[in-house]
Amino acid sequence: MAGAKRKRVVVAMSGGVDSSVTAALLKEQGYEVIGISLQLWDHSRELVEGGTGGCCSLDDLHDARRVAEQIGIPFYVVNAEEEFRRLVVDDFVSEYFAGRTPNPCTRCNERVKFGLLLERARELGAELLATGHYARTVRDEGGRYRLLTGLDRNKDQSYFLFTLNQEQLSRTLFPVGGLTKPEVRALAQRFALRTAAKGESQEVCFIPDDDYVRFLEEERSPGLLSGAIVDQAGNVLGSHQGIYRYTVGQRRGLGIAHSHPLHVLGVDVGRHEVIVGAREELSCEGLLAAKMNWIVPPETATFETFCRIRYRHRPVPCRVTLLPDDGAEVRFVNPEPGVTPGQAVVFYDGDSVLGGGWISSAMGEPCRG
Amino acid sequence: MQVKELPTVRFVYLDNNATTPVHPQVLERYLSCCREQWGNPSSIHWAGRESRGALETAREQVARFCGSDSSEVIFTSGGTEADNLAIKGVAAASLRRGRHIITTAVEHPAVLASCLTLEQQGYEITRLTVDSLGMIDLNRLEAAITPETILISAMYANNETGVIFPVAAIGALAARHRIPFHCDGVQAAGWLPLNCRDLGVGLLSLSGHKLQAPKGVGALIARAGVRLHPILHGGAQERNRRAGTENLPAIVAFGEACALIAFSREGDSQRVRLLRDRLERGILLLWPGALVNGHPLERLPNTVNISFPGARVDTLLASLDLLGIAASSGAACSSGTVRHSPVLAAMGISPETAGASVRFSLGRDTVAEDIEYVLELLPAIRERLTVDPTRGS
Repeated sequence: MAGAKRKRVVVAMSGGVDSSVTAALLKEQGYEVIGISLQLWDHSRELVEGGTGGCCSLDDLHDARRVAEQIGIPFYVVNAEEEFRRLVVDDFVSEYFAGRTPNPCTRCNERVKFGLLLERARELGAELLATGHYARTVRDEGGRYRLLTGLDRNKDQSYFLFTLNQEQLSRTLFPVGGLTKPEVRALAQRFALRTAAKGESQEVCFIPDDDYVRFLEEERSPGLLSGAIVDQAGNVLGSHQGIYRYTVGQRRGLGIAHSHPLHVLGVDVGRHEVIVGAREELSCEGLLAAKMNWIVPPETATFETFCRIRYRHRPVPCRVTLLPDDGAEVRFVNPEPGVTPGQAVVFYDGDSVLGGGWISSAMGEPCRG
Repeated sequence: MQVKELPTVRFVYLDNNATTPVHPQVLERYLSCCREQWGNPSSIHWAGRESRGALETAREQVARFCGSDSSEVIFTSGGTEADNLAIKGVAAASLRRGRHIITTAVEHPAVLASCLTLEQQGYEITRLTVDSLGMIDLNRLEAAITPETILISAMYANNETGVIFPVAAIGALAARHRIPFHCDGVQAAGWLPLNCRDLGVGLLSLSGHKLQAPKGVGALIARAGVRLHPILHGGAQERNRRAGTENLPAIVAFGEACALIAFSREGDSQRVRLLRDRLERGILLLWPGALVNGHPLERLPNTVNISFPGARVDTLLASLDLLGIAASSGAACSSGTVRHSPVLAAMGISPETAGASVRFSLGRDTVAEDIEYVLELLPAIRERLTVDPTRGS
């Protein structure tokens, strides 16, 4: 290929509008773009069982391929079913049965998209990987890469990316991170991409009907199912059909008549109990987190900042104390409801992601999570 | 990581078992048919007569190509339809004889899926396993025969590995037991002598686009005496065995391609075999641990299926493609996903080894420079793909 050597970039194409525009933008900017779709889950099992084929005719794959053809870039499908199953789905299932509420998107970003796919990109001679995430990266004066929120506050996905390390950030492009969703759709129309009007993707990509309880029960025989629903004092208020059916903050499906509305405060795996209480009881003073990853390493062992404890959570002020073995203690300035073990706590200084970790437990009275 | 300056990209097509480019002379015949023989061969007027003549000439060319009589040639939409017609057509015509079919575990999906459909309707299917070289055992084939057996279906040469079955011996065995023998000759036809009489083949599937004809045409040769019911119903075309107005331009092109190949096959095979051997030896030298899947000798002269330990087949194929080299991982899949090959699995090859295997299939247009180009690039590809020392090999 004649001319100056163009920079080669792999675009992770999901078949959605964001990654489609990502590919088209980079192509327009003069990159040598290679589109890759990850085959993560065998959806064909849901259609025809048996036979000698076993091909996926997934609509998303089809859309991604068609977009690649439209913008004129090579496109490949990389099979990551085995890795996705091992690194994301199995973890998702175990977490629920351990009484936590997992965050498969962050896991997938960490292990699959910015793990396996980044490695595959390098195998194809591409030092760069681009995704359609609403987030931004910048290099600060010290030469470190920082992760920033997406400019579109409604779409910001930086929460799911807190695990990225310097090596990963240095090789990542988020071309739509500086755009708003309406701008992205307008670009898709300008590029005449077939995905321009496509809807948002679903919650958990491997549970198309969103019935996660059925999914868990099909994945693993839950064993001992039922147990007691208790209040904080230990009074039995009712019974439940498996702790994996309950998430912190949940109100529905408790099946208990009570003087005031009851919320799930947490589960006790050892006693096989679901603990419920009033709305006020949901609020906690803080949380303990593990496996911290710092994009901006803290300068002091204790500092004040803002944190999110779930996606779309408005950052709240908190005081962080670093603990040994990559742990952290987080104390909210004002008690905060909905601390959920298994979710991530991610720290922000303005639009800059400082780092984050995995919530292991809620802390302080009256919370028991 | 610094990769050496690579040579200019050259487009090298080494996926001729998937499909072949249309031969210029064949294309010319296709176009002239569209221009001049556009009539319906079933019509009684001058336009129909023109087309009927072209149709029968093509039928004679195909018949000569495979040692049959022209009355035994049924034109189809391709190899898949030919396989379906052979298996389902014989089954439907043999209802009173029995409901048992013998095939092999490594057949083309058109055969395997047709058999599976019959199995779901109550037929009994025996799928003969193969050994580590991809060979079947004739003794086990004979032992599988029952009074209920109505058909033996085995391919001439395998599409993924190129392994050649002992078709003449299967034909003789089938004849001894008076069981019709269907042979999927789609991959072999371009490279091996193909005479139904000599091979004892009662039904033979052929595909045009593997022989430098266009896609959408093929044939089932159903020799006199083989009872066959149609699977497509309608008009009386193809002696009532395949309804539908003939795809005449593709059929005459197919006939032309058969005539060309019958003429050049022996020379082509010798020439391509030398190139294939050069490619195979080169790869084995450049990639330590690489190994050839399938029988070393009983193999199509144009095919080599090689496992590249330490590599992943999806990025290996993509790397080759980005450098202009077209190869495949075996059977192409409509979604583009790379799946582990059932053929290699049947040979007892581990998923890891199968997941690192690539099929190179040469064609009549392949030249020595193509092979040199691949071998020149391979070390750089290998350096990139096996850069991770933690990866098992």
